[in-house]
Amino acid sequence: MFIQQIINGLTIGTMYALCAAGYSMVFGILQFVNFAHGSVYMLGAFLTLTFVATAHLPFPIGFILSIIATGLVGVIIDRVAYYPIRRKGMPKMNLLIGTIGVSIFLQNLAMIIFGPETRNFPEMIELGNSVIFGVSISNLQVMIFIVTALLIAVLQFIVKKTRIGKAMRATAQNTEATRLMGVNVNRVVMVVFFIGSALACVAGTLVGMYYQTVDPWMGFMAGLKAFASAVLGGIGVLEGAMVGGLIIGVVETLAAGYIHAGYRDAIAFAVLILVLLVKPTGLMGKGSSRGV
Amino acid sequence: MQGHWETNTGSMTDSHKKLLGIGIVCVIIAIPHLGLSPFIMRMLTLSGIYIVLGLSLNLLAGIAGQVSMGHAAFYGIGAYTSALLSLRLGAPFAITCVAAGVIAALSGLLLCFPAMKLKGTYFTFVTLGFCEIVRLVALNWVGLTRGPMGLPGIPPPDLFGWVVETDAGYFYLIAAISGIAYVVVDNIANSRTGRAFIAIKEDTLVAEAMGIDVFKYKMIAFATSSFFAGLVGAFFAHYVTFIDPASFTFDESSLILSLVVLGGMGNFKGTVLASFILIAIPELMRGLQTYRMLIYGLALVVMMIVRPQGLLGAPKRMRVIIDSNTQKMGGGRNASTAASE
Repeated sequence: MFIQQIINGLTIGTMYALCAAGYSMVFGILQFVNFAHGSVYMLGAFLTLTFVATAHLPFPIGFILSIIATGLVGVIIDRVAYYPIRRKGMPKMNLLIGTIGVSIFLQNLAMIIFGPETRNFPEMIELGNSVIFGVSISNLQVMIFIVTALLIAVLQFIVKKTRIGKAMRATAQNTEATRLMGVNVNRVVMVVFFIGSALACVAGTLVGMYYQTVDPWMGFMAGLKAFASAVLGGIGVLEGAMVGGLIIGVVETLAAGYIHAGYRDAIAFAVLILVLLVKPTGLMGKGSSRGV
Repeated sequence: MQGHWETNTGSMTDSHKKLLGIGIVCVIIAIPHLGLSPFIMRMLTLSGIYIVLGLSLNLLAGIAGQVSMGHAAFYGIGAYTSALLSLRLGAPFAITCVAAGVIAALSGLLLCFPAMKLKGTYFTFVTLGFCEIVRLVALNWVGLTRGPMGLPGIPPPDLFGWVVETDAGYFYLIAAISGIAYVVVDNIANSRTGRAFIAIKEDTLVAEAMGIDVFKYKMIAFATSSFFAGLVGAFFAHYVTFIDPASFTFDESSLILSLVVLGGMGNFKGTVLASFILIAIPELMRGLQTYRMLIYGLALVVMMIVRPQGLLGAPKRMRVIIDSNTQKMGGGRNASTAASE
């Protein structure tokens, strides 16, 4: 029973981790919190649903198309909304309000286009169960773990080993110096938004498959939790986002199982606040907690 | 009253201010007698509620620099306190609204502890988490709050025998509350306390070195701000007569923060103006029901691009500070310079 809860918690946790990576990367480079990230996650799930269920594309193709489309939406949002605000050089508060505006916009856009009701997410792979030592794991959970592990490995490779990854790390350290070194910082920002939004799309689609439903408001709580994960791990630190996501996922599942289902979110937030009070920069964060 | 050299209106003298004040009071007294439709009166009353919420958050965020995304929590705590006291104990509004303010202020003091240790995003997130926790407790503690069923049948406000029942009565009451809130926050902002707030906002370390008791002033800021949010929460509960946890969500908190930023951080007149605009415009667009929130989201973004300093900009007393902030914090261009300082 306990192990079962942990497995379920880790499944949710990996989703938070994928989403948190987007928050963390954007924060690492631009020092602002993108509140619209949860809405992008929701949009990703709906795009996959549209490609697969409405356009009847085979699942892998529809999924990949949706990932690319969501990534592009992320880049467009940054270009159209955030970049003009950033350029004004006003306090970070303005960007925060801007991202809230985008978030409201996307949610209502999704509601108008896809309808306000909860939609069924069709079964893409058969939901068989394997029982190992009395713990049941569905095929979908196995797939979620594999996909997430692969994506995290790829992300780590991109950030640590490639040219663009080096440019990303440099931009995070010092934007101005990086620009002087001849790096096209704007392109780095676009790549970061693309990767972050694409990961959010993967998370949204997998969650849609896991719960078999999607609705225009699914991004709100998931976005908050993913943000909580990023903060818990130390915002701006990619590994921290992963660890934070898994912890939040496990904590809230255990809380729902052993304390009270209604308080699962409250307990997740309470744990986060307590951790921050003991270690103000998050578990793996370093340096001072400057921001917004 | 201080000398005019330190008031935020700059050139306006005390007698001018007095005249303006009398003028505003006359207009407020006249409004219910103009034969406006109940819809418009409701609009004005709702705007009044948001004026108080915006002003109280502006004192905390705009002046003291503690940006909170959990202001709806205090609003909700006030509403529930007052509703429960009058429903369960039959206490009169005069007592329940003060109790609502006090309980909200006490819970506001809780946020002082994270505020002492955390900065920026981390603090903002803690306030957001706090707001969610309060909402979830209200949703799940069914024995006290009736959870999602809400609290219906809250009696109308009863102030020393004067039972407020008409639109005009509610309007006068909220006008009085917002008037008091405005005078209090404006006076605090222009006082020694307000200058201490600004010092803390600008550089906590330097403020401390100058002998400002940071913890004490943060306590004052949080207590005052959440007191008014709780007080107006009590008014809201007795005005709409039904409350449930859905009225005090993150959306509400972000709306209040939008008021403050749209009006201009630290600018109380701006907050008043922004409240009328943000509350009235979506209501006037009722005909466009489906597109209403879509346009609202779009308007927030456009506003931040076109007029980032807010409708009225920063008040004079803070303009120098904001300018230096702009250079320090910058946009994407200078962001990391600020972070690496």
